[in-house]
Amino acid sequence: MNKSERERIVITGIGLTAPNGNNLAEYRANLLASVSGVKSYSVRYFGDTVAGLCDFDALRYQSRKARRIGTRAGSIAIYCVHEALADAKIELEAMDKSRCGVFIGITEHGNVETENEIYEISRFDYQTKYWSHHHNPRTVANNPAGEVTISLGITGPHYTLGAACAAGNLGLVNGAQQLLLGEVDLALAGGVSESTGTFGIFAAFNSQNALAKHEVPEQASRPFDAARNGIVVSEGGAIYVLERLDRALERGAHIYAELAGWAYNSDATDTVLPNSQRQSQCMRMAIQRAGLQPQDIHLVNTHATGTPAGDARECEALRQVFDNCPDTYYTNTKSFIGHCMGAAGALELAGNLPSFDDKLAHHTINVDKLDPACQLPNLLLHKPKKLDKLDAMLNNSFGMLGINCVTVLKRHI
Amino acid sequence: MTREEISMALVEIISDIVPDEDWASFDAEESLRGKLESMDFLDVVMELRKQYGVEVPEADYGALETLKSSIDYLQPKLNKA
Repeated sequence: MNKSERERIVITGIGLTAPNGNNLAEYRANLLASVSGVKSYSVRYFGDTVAGLCDFDALRYQSRKARRIGTRAGSIAIYCVHEALADAKIELEAMDKSRCGVFIGITEHGNVETENEIYEISRFDYQTKYWSHHHNPRTVANNPAGEVTISLGITGPHYTLGAACAAGNLGLVNGAQQLLLGEVDLALAGGVSESTGTFGIFAAFNSQNALAKHEVPEQASRPFDAARNGIVVSEGGAIYVLERLDRALERGAHIYAELAGWAYNSDATDTVLPNSQRQSQCMRMAIQRAGLQPQDIHLVNTHATGTPAGDARECEALRQVFDNCPDTYYTNTKSFIGHCMGAAGALELAGNLPSFDDKLAHHTINVDKLDPACQLPNLLLHKPKKLDKLDAMLNNSFGMLGINCVTVLKRHI
Repeated sequence: MTREEISMALVEIISDIVPDEDWASFDAEESLRGKLESMDFLDVVMELRKQYGVEVPEADYGALETLKSSIDYLQPKLNKA
């Protein structure tokens, strides 16, 4: 059944900050040129490690006061939203701001701010009278989305979606759903992460034997490699301007892609170990809802984070779905930027969307010796590849507690 | 602390709290509340507590209406602390 233009959702703007780029052009160029954004890093209490940090200009869109009272996640979200609107050539002042909504995925929020306050009151013998009154507005779960609305005077709905590391994709999906429900005419949707600011996430992954370690930081994030040893924690953000196709066409917008299908489900098996069967089920649902078959997907951006178990299980799920799909290629963005947590799904998708225009698919770096358990036909390693066909791509994102979210994007013809 | 020292300390605190304003030429008798939002004002109270060990009870917030009145109110407390 053909959908009407009002029932189709398209991407018309992208704003992002990644450890290796502060806009789409820079980010994509660095992906194609094998430039990693992972660096040496030291975090309070934990000490030396590696991480992906962003160096965008926070003061481009925020006053120093707004930056001081807000959060890093809020700052990232504000930067990305302003950039996305500019990219989409949308003047918010010229539209009804009550018809605009902000939907942002987060892995976690509040850890950074809570740790900072505890550290601060430690200087005062832990007396709580020194605890900041800013703590509550900084740590409410809607913080990054709410900061965006204040920055831009957006009076439509805003909230965050807590979905562990599937959150970036889920933010995007929720934006699309709000458009289809008619709640908004413009959705600013995606994901952000400030997780590098909390020592707890590094310490917890380390205690789980799931934190990446490598003497060369740029080589620490190595999904699919036999010597991979864990996750590189990164910060970042990607926010999309989503519109119904009829509105986008009416205003002559540049359309990056159509968000044609999605699915989300739960493993219901383990807090940290993924479930291949549920992942493959999720992928199949997303493909079916896009009106496609697995062989119609020409590029898959994998979620693989560099953990021994997680990567192997995703590859198992991929083999289940894409059996006998000779035109399907696989890539991985985390090998360049680490794991941007709540931003991951949205940010990784952004790096691949320009491939609809030039058919150049970026590759996976840091695979010196492919783990046989991660063997996939057409896994893009070592250098980008010009694909013969690229009409649809699939973007995986999976998270703790067994949450899976998959998006399928189509070229807009 | 002298009145001038207290004035400088207050301006430094307020400048950190609302860094986008020019506080160097701020009139000592102008209302601070016009420049400070409620959470900013609480930041001033907090910084006085953290940096100088001075408590400003809520009932006394009105004493911090201007720089001049703040100095009047804080000088005995600071010199006692």
